[in-house]
Amino acid sequence: MDKMPAWADAVLVPLISLILAALLSALVIVAIGESPIEALKLMVEGALMRSTGWGYTLYYATNFIFTGLAVSVAFHAGLFNIGGEGQATLGGLGVALVCLYLPWPHWSLALIGASLGAAVFGALWALIPAYFQAKRGSHIVITTIMFNFIAAALLNYVLVNLLKPVGTMDPASALFPPATHLPTFQEMFSSPESPLFRGAPANISFFLALIACVVVWLLIWRTRLGYEIRALGHSESAARYAGISPVRIIIVTMLISGALSGLMAVNTTMGESERLLMNATEGAGFIGIAVALMGRNHPLGVLLAAILFGFLYQGGAELALWTNIPRELIVVIQALVILFTGALDNMVRIPLEKLFLAMRRGNT
Amino acid sequence: MTLMQKFLGAAATLALSAGAALADPALIYDLGGKFDKSFNEAAFNGATKWAEETGGTFKDIELQSEAQREQALRRFAEAGFNPIVTTGFSMSTPIASVAADYPDTKFVTIDGFVDPAEHPNVLSILFAEEQGSYLVGMLAAMASKTGTVSFVGGMDIPLIRKFACGYAQGVKAVNPDATVIANMTGTTPAAWNDPVKGSELTKAQISQGSDVVFAAAGGTGLGVLQTAADEGILSIGVDSNQNYLFPGKVLTSMLKRVDVATAEAMTAGADLETGVKALALAGDGVGYALDENNADLITADMQATVEEAKAKIIAGEITVHDYASDDSCPAISF
Repeated sequence: MDKMPAWADAVLVPLISLILAALLSALVIVAIGESPIEALKLMVEGALMRSTGWGYTLYYATNFIFTGLAVSVAFHAGLFNIGGEGQATLGGLGVALVCLYLPWPHWSLALIGASLGAAVFGALWALIPAYFQAKRGSHIVITTIMFNFIAAALLNYVLVNLLKPVGTMDPASALFPPATHLPTFQEMFSSPESPLFRGAPANISFFLALIACVVVWLLIWRTRLGYEIRALGHSESAARYAGISPVRIIIVTMLISGALSGLMAVNTTMGESERLLMNATEGAGFIGIAVALMGRNHPLGVLLAAILFGFLYQGGAELALWTNIPRELIVVIQALVILFTGALDNMVRIPLEKLFLAMRRGNT
Repeated sequence: MTLMQKFLGAAATLALSAGAALADPALIYDLGGKFDKSFNEAAFNGATKWAEETGGTFKDIELQSEAQREQALRRFAEAGFNPIVTTGFSMSTPIASVAADYPDTKFVTIDGFVDPAEHPNVLSILFAEEQGSYLVGMLAAMASKTGTVSFVGGMDIPLIRKFACGYAQGVKAVNPDATVIANMTGTTPAAWNDPVKGSELTKAQISQGSDVVFAAAGGTGLGVLQTAADEGILSIGVDSNQNYLFPGKVLTSMLKRVDVATAEAMTAGADLETGVKALALAGDGVGYALDENNADLITADMQATVEEAKAKIIAGEITVHDYASDDSCPAISF
């Protein structure tokens, strides 16, 4: 048995990676003449000490949960879906069409309709690369990333030429009707005596994301389809031998993955801006890859990693507001976390494994 | 009693001066970033000039995401900054949803429009880009020997089509038979900062016969101007005066005085007059650049013709069609 205990794998490795990234970030901040302690204090206070800060942290986290789940579902089938960005873009289009062109009596019905719209559009956008992968062997990494650009171009065309109200400058759709307004945390948890989450964009779709976590967990570990997905991910030839059709599983997995990415748009487009914006995804599709890597493709891990990245985003915004740390450096700090938790995973894991092994030998 | 009054007076003065110190202006740049050599940088330059002249200080932030728009507005308003100047049309909707919560704070949206009837504490500053583009279009047509001129836009959005439409109208006003080639760099925000693609587009346009190219493309425009200079054709800069970048190769620049608008708003401070301010040729809100770098390129005849058109536009004898008014353009199709 040359494995370390599960808790060390799930908790210790990401934690040490995170601390290393934080230390390196601190050096970067020192190098530009600011205080890293002050910076950390600002980030924690701005993101976690006030309810409004939490409102932003959880808003960003909602996006990352959806895209993180999307990446991890595909990952279980051995597929690397880096098209979350494009699938979420199309999901936004689905949300916008549903909200703009159907008369909704109540937000709860609109939420169901918009979620379906987002999931269907996202899934269909993932279907084309999935088909090419399953039937033609075109590599999914190449095709999904190409589809990100096609999605951006398509959305641009639709917004500028079809959805944009005449006479406005902004390439964005009209505002959605008030009946489709989703309850924000402020409306849900705030009372006149204790105002909470003031002005924060977090909304009910956070709970949708939590439900998605549970559903993905059930799907992957408690259903036959999930078993087939994992079997394909481990060994295609073994899966084929067991009577699992790779074509079917690749297509179904990518449909699920695309639908999850698309659902992100419910949060950004319906929950926050309440109109379809050009730039609504803002890289969340790519952050989802880091979130899935850090969360070990497990829904609980994805949830925690998503909240961490939400904190980094909101904390980064606070840094930009109150210090002279330029935004490029905030991106550097976020990138360091991704680098250490995602790419340099083995740098921490292998020495740690050796350490555990040595300890075990010492004990016996 | 008198002592008490003195104390009270002193306390009041202290409170007042503290308030004044807090009421610094704030500046929010759009996603393009502070140093884009063009639109946002013009705002930064205007604010810096104001700070140097008055000894004041201002707070600024470069946004990273859409959700930060409202956040930055609220945090600055709550911290007491006044006025809050923002660049880019994307800020108008967030301002409209925030302004009512902070009635004592003045908001400025440059390039954006917020209905003054609904939000009395917002100043919308709009530029008549089509008028400035019209004048540089006339200059392009007069400088062109081949009768073909071109346009490189950044991201394909209505604002950039507005530039292209004014430009094409100006070209056609001088030479109705002229050909105007218009290309957009891309459909994502990356199109604002892609000088390589700008350079490729310029080369493609040159091969189609263009000998004057107008770039309205943010950082991408630097590639356009560079290629035009390398290939020996003329170029036209945008927003800031870019004549100095390649002296003798840049025909002129379409000026959009974002710097002046920013500095004026900061000078007015908390007493800023709100409403809608249209900056056009009249009042030099837009225009074309003439300096020692392009003095040899613009003949006295050309200048006289353009000045005449300028006077006519100001007088209302020539109306330049605004693409944004009906999303169509008589002089060019997209």
